[in-house]
Amino acid sequence: MVKYCELFWSFFKIGTFTLGGGYAMIPLMEQELVDRHGWLSQADFLDQVALSQSMPGVLAVNMATGVGYRLKGLRGSVVAVVANVMMPIIFIITLAMLYRYFRSNPHVEHFFMGVRPAAVALIAAPVFKLAKSAGIGWKTLWVPVASALLIWLLGVNPIFVILAAIALGLLAGLLNRKGNEA
Amino acid sequence: MIFWELFWTFLKIGIFTFGGGAAMVALIQNEVTVHHHWLTTQEYTDILAVSQMTPGPIGINTATYTGYTAVLNAGYGPWAAVAGSLLASFAVILLPVALMILAVRFLQRYRNNRYVGSVFQMLRMVVVGVIAAAALQLVTAESFGHPALSLHFIASLLIFLAVFVLSMRKCNPIWLMLGSGLAGLLLYGLV
Repeated sequence: MVKYCELFWSFFKIGTFTLGGGYAMIPLMEQELVDRHGWLSQADFLDQVALSQSMPGVLAVNMATGVGYRLKGLRGSVVAVVANVMMPIIFIITLAMLYRYFRSNPHVEHFFMGVRPAAVALIAAPVFKLAKSAGIGWKTLWVPVASALLIWLLGVNPIFVILAAIALGLLAGLLNRKGNEA
Repeated sequence: MIFWELFWTFLKIGIFTFGGGAAMVALIQNEVTVHHHWLTTQEYTDILAVSQMTPGPIGINTATYTGYTAVLNAGYGPWAAVAGSLLASFAVILLPVALMILAVRFLQRYRNNRYVGSVFQMLRMVVVGVIAAAALQLVTAESFGHPALSLHFIASLLIFLAVFVLSMRKCNPIWLMLGSGLAGLLLYGLV
């Protein structure tokens, strides 16, 4: 029987000690949930990872919700999510309050002058890896390029671009079916 | 009323985030710097840097920090800003959490459905463009230096290229960020 406090402690550790975002949490989660506690089988865990990646939202929070729900129902999912994001939120609020005081310090400003282009590079770097895993080839290259240009140059809200993608995907599914029937 | 707008904005961001933290960061950026003008691009880049250096999911960290700064910039005190940060992180996870519970309960059998598959294939391709656009929007004179003021611009370009290549080779992002900060301290502090 899984106890709430064990569930809380597991996701608390996962949220508090992983640097580098949601994808860095996956190996730690596997170690904690599958190897250490045996709460989920390897297959159930991988199934939950695939589901978490395909649903909207942040990967780590989706994982916590799904695993918590599988183990202890609705309350379990709330416990796991709160445990997962609690310390990161406390860290960020503390830093946000401190940043206001240290912002005028020249050393802090120099540190941030170095770090800003790095932060942008870390956003740009996954683009190529994601393009590969999305199976983008020469024929489909126009889709990400057109989306980027619409947002960057024409100022279209990315939410509309995503809505258009959902509509196009449904249309493609419909055309595929007709093609198969003919 | 900033709190209601903050809640509604982050509710939208949560439900339209396909593709994890990087996609969420791109949507937050567009809403808060382009659409609502709650933050300048430079403030947002700083928040992004801090979110990448602290533990936790980057999407949640960025939402928390953005909520805080947006309320502060609207002229409220720091405790109202704390409320804003909690509100933003709550709003951004609310709908995804509800959907995930429904998915575990009912929807798993639809995962192999043709329409679901073809929608996700299209979403994966579009999200690549959404994230690329966010990166392009972040390249500003404030963060990278003006091309005419050479030292800052050239150093920024070199840091960008180095971090880009090293992160593709799976270097730990924390060390890359700390290294870049150290380079900034040495370069702009001594020169």
